[in-house]
Amino acid sequence: MTMLDIRDITKRFGGLVANDSIAFTVEAGQIFAVIGPNGAGKTTLFNMVAGTFPPSEGEVAFDGAVISGRSVAEIAQSGLVRTYQLVQLFKQMTVAENVMVGFHRVTTGGVFSALVRPPGVRRQEREIREKTAEILEFVGLSHRADVTADLLPYGEQRLLEVARALAAGPKLLLLDEPAAGLNTEETAELARVVRKVNENGVTIMLIEHDMGLVMQIAHRIAVLDFGRKIAEGTPEEIRAHPEVIAAYLGGTEGYDD
Amino acid sequence: MKSSLTMTLPDTTSTRSGLPWRQILLGVLAVAIVVYSFTANGYVVTVIGFAAIYALFCTGLNFFMGFTGQASFGQNAFAALGGYGSAILTADYSVEPAVALVLTMGFSGLVALIVGYPTLRLRGHYLAMATFALGLITYEISINWTDLTQGYMGYSGIPPLGIGPYYADSPKAQLAVIFVLLALGVIAAARLKNSRFGRACRAIAGSELAAGALGIPVARYKLISFVIAAVYASAAGSLFAHFVGFISPEVFGTAMVVQSFTMLYLGGIGTIAGPLIGAVVVSMLPEVMRGLKDFQTVGYLLLLLAILIYAPRGLHGLLERILPDREG
Ligand SMILES: Nc1ncnc2c1ncn2[C@@H]1O[C@H](COP(=O)(O)OP(=O)(O)O)[C@@H](O)[C@H]1O
Ligand SMILES: [Mg+2]
Repeated sequence: MTMLDIRDITKRFGGLVANDSIAFTVEAGQIFAVIGPNGAGKTTLFNMVAGTFPPSEGEVAFDGAVISGRSVAEIAQSGLVRTYQLVQLFKQMTVAENVMVGFHRVTTGGVFSALVRPPGVRRQEREIREKTAEILEFVGLSHRADVTADLLPYGEQRLLEVARALAAGPKLLLLDEPAAGLNTEETAELARVVRKVNENGVTIMLIEHDMGLVMQIAHRIAVLDFGRKIAEGTPEEIRAHPEVIAAYLGGTEGYDD
Repeated sequence: MKSSLTMTLPDTTSTRSGLPWRQILLGVLAVAIVVYSFTANGYVVTVIGFAAIYALFCTGLNFFMGFTGQASFGQNAFAALGGYGSAILTADYSVEPAVALVLTMGFSGLVALIVGYPTLRLRGHYLAMATFALGLITYEISINWTDLTQGYMGYSGIPPLGIGPYYADSPKAQLAVIFVLLALGVIAAARLKNSRFGRACRAIAGSELAAGALGIPVARYKLISFVIAAVYASAAGSLFAHFVGFISPEVFGTAMVVQSFTMLYLGGIGTIAGPLIGAVVVSMLPEVMRGLKDFQTVGYLLLLLAILIYAPRGLHGLLERILPDREG
């Protein structure tokens, strides 16, 4: 079953073609990685998928429905949840509260139910608390539950972002450079969590700079360069792909970190 | 930098014991103020009554500014709507004060909805300017629409609070009613804060991007929290009108904005207790500093500066450092 169908999308910023007619599909259950040098257009692609801005041309279908043109919140409501390249935590809230916010999409209730607290809402709050504890356990942040998110070390902030996204019960999780700025140990921990999330049935599409990480966890990889998709395949195929090697794998351009 | 932070993180797994001393201390203080006010003379009753009314006003403003992270410099507009609405309805049309209170709260909420809808699409300074303009417009109306508001002359003959045959015929009885309404307002704010809705609002303050990506309708929630703040402001305005029996445009002027901001930041914005602490302390300051005579304002401002510099999270933040939470 196809989870995400990217149909020849193009994005132009003035004269710059940031994405040039890119097409591929992500199958349900996959970990799909998008790699490429800085400025290749990876985040732009994510932004079009998540609805931050519409494509100049082409469209994106998610779970069988065209989502291009819908707002970020609407797309999130349908089960496509993303994290950001720069960590976007709710800094003044505790770690547990950050995850609790993640449940917004899969829970109900507004001002009235907050004030009156009918039994159903109390039950829901209890469930949110229990599931939050489970998720924190899952990503290994239980011991930080009551700490203000602001005070977490960077590696744990990344994990918290993933935890929060998980609370939203995504069908497809978009991770924009989740390992950026992490040390080897933290990266390994993140890889472990991402794999575990995937094994629990969540399809994952990630952008990553860390080739080691990508080769290790991705089922399939697409390579972008100057806004074009230059290759797509399994990690083995990508490793052997002449154009990819020329573009940067073996070349001198390299990565910035 | 990061590693040193890790080192100093409290180990939250091993300290889950002990009483919530901060909450107990604040509770005792609140009870003490209430008890004291009923034994005190008329002047003290007035000062505490104003403090309680401001506390209600700030609790609402705090929801919009502290929790949702937006700025409004025009919340006095809704206090004016409440004050004048209650005054006109009760004095001229003999509407029950309690009914007028609820009607004006509804009306203010509606105005906030209509004004907020286009305004809240603006960001940062633009939103602040737009709300500031709203406060000025209301002020001008209260001066110039003399048929309705009696202009500079002010509006007098406003009856005390009450419902049916029961009405608060003494200042202390009025104060009791104000305390009850303030308590309801604070409980409501605390419930809102720790709910799906309140968490979403606080998430918006943290990152609109991430909130949106988790399916939170950012614009709508900002609007709702603006309406909530307006409803509180309106109630505070109504209470003031009944408590004093007289209102004039100055009461709901720009000074109110300065006063409430001072209370919020001094008390500790973004917490439930902060606005209450701020309202009480700022209301008391002029009394405490009376001895300074001509230098009263200077002393007052210096104290304010000192707190903002050394306790950026306000008095409540200071208290939290001394008596931290034992349990999350
Ligand atoms: N909002 C934008 N406006 C203008 N140019 C942009 C915008 N976003 C990205 N770009 C440009 O598009 C190109 C691709 O950027 P991006 O998608 O962020 O690359 P990557 O994530 O692969 O590093 C870059 O040249 C960048 O400067
Ligand atoms: Mg990028």
